[in-house]
Amino acid sequence: MNGVHDMGGMHGFGPVHVEPNEPAFHAPWEGRVLALQARTRGRWYHLDEFRNAIERMPAARYLDASYYERWLTALETLLVEKGVVTREELATGRAATPPPQPSPRPPDDRPPLRPRFRTGDRVVTRNAHPQGHTRMPRYVRGRHGVVRTINGPFLLPDTNAHRHSRDWEPVYAVEFSARELWGRDDDDAMCVDLWECYLEAEL
Amino acid sequence: MSEHTHHHHDDHDHDHDHGHHPEPPSDVEARALALESLLREKGLISGEEIDRIVSAYEHDIGPMIGARVVARAWTDADYRQRLLADPAAAVAELHPSGPSATNLAVVANTPEVHNLVVCTLCSCYPWAVLGLPPSWYKSPPYRSRAVSEPREVLKEFGLELPSSVRVNVWDSSSDLRYMVLPERPAGTEGWSEEELVALVTRDSMIGVARPQAPAGARS
Repeated sequence: MNGVHDMGGMHGFGPVHVEPNEPAFHAPWEGRVLALQARTRGRWYHLDEFRNAIERMPAARYLDASYYERWLTALETLLVEKGVVTREELATGRAATPPPQPSPRPPDDRPPLRPRFRTGDRVVTRNAHPQGHTRMPRYVRGRHGVVRTINGPFLLPDTNAHRHSRDWEPVYAVEFSARELWGRDDDDAMCVDLWECYLEAEL
Repeated sequence: MSEHTHHHHDDHDHDHDHGHHPEPPSDVEARALALESLLREKGLISGEEIDRIVSAYEHDIGPMIGARVVARAWTDADYRQRLLADPAAAVAELHPSGPSATNLAVVANTPEVHNLVVCTLCSCYPWAVLGLPPSWYKSPPYRSRAVSEPREVLKEFGLELPSSVRVNVWDSSSDLRYMVLPERPAGTEGWSEEELVALVTRDSMIGVARPQAPAGARS
């Protein structure tokens, strides 16, 4: 989805603010939320679903929320959707229903790596704007690049986040020039990890 | 101000239907406590498990893991080769009881190329070797600008690179987590691994800084 989370190249957020000697957590509840996520992820939902739940937050709320507030919101969303807790239980903080069994472990079905592209191949990214989850940032869509490294296979997040599909695909670190992405006249480059179905061979 | 620090009452469209708690953070904290007590009451997680995870990220998992890896790569050419070829195995060599660095990718700086890591879509970060990401790494300014104007961002961190050095930005959009292997600073010839570890900062392994030898050590 073309959400506010897809921030690469956006303007208007100002300079980077660095907090010296930053603590691991700014309040105890942040660490608790991280731990709740660590202990429920893989049992009732996986990381692609978690990211998608964050991205489904209304845009203004996403931008206004702190980092761990976004995590907490995604946790509440997913644990209700998966039937682990109910909205009423969240409101009262008291358990009224027994928890469901965790989802069965996914099969160990990772296939061998069979890449369609080779290092050095010139590729062009699809100009796609899916409504659902994707890991192809907007700033690289419809752009020409060169395959730098071949990795994976990894599950395709676009289907995994929604249907528990098991679409294993090679993932390529594709290099784009600053000129191609930003119209800049220097030698700098950006490498973005892209699943095979995001790419076409350059003709 | 980090993105963790909430603005108090500016004119954002908050859902202020919780009149007893005028400060947004206290509302979030109450929600977090409610979720924790609910999951504990259902027997899905214990307080001790939560404490253990929090403590691990506060004390045990952090940039000291990556710093040792970098210092070893600076002093041992064979280790450097193994680190670049199979990062997870090379990290486990030095940190056998540390968190697994599965799907770690290490990108090495050279005199010609400076690498910089970002996650524009969320907050992907090599936690196994660097611990929790700093707030600025997860913030909209860094996520939006590191890919489109990396040199301006680096200047804000005090790092001005000559145009002869190419900046290569890695956007962590897949399962891979990227860590930068910085260059060993000049003037550290003959230093022990222990002394070198102290020079390797978290920021140098993200790519927003370069390790610096103390001024007196420079040749």
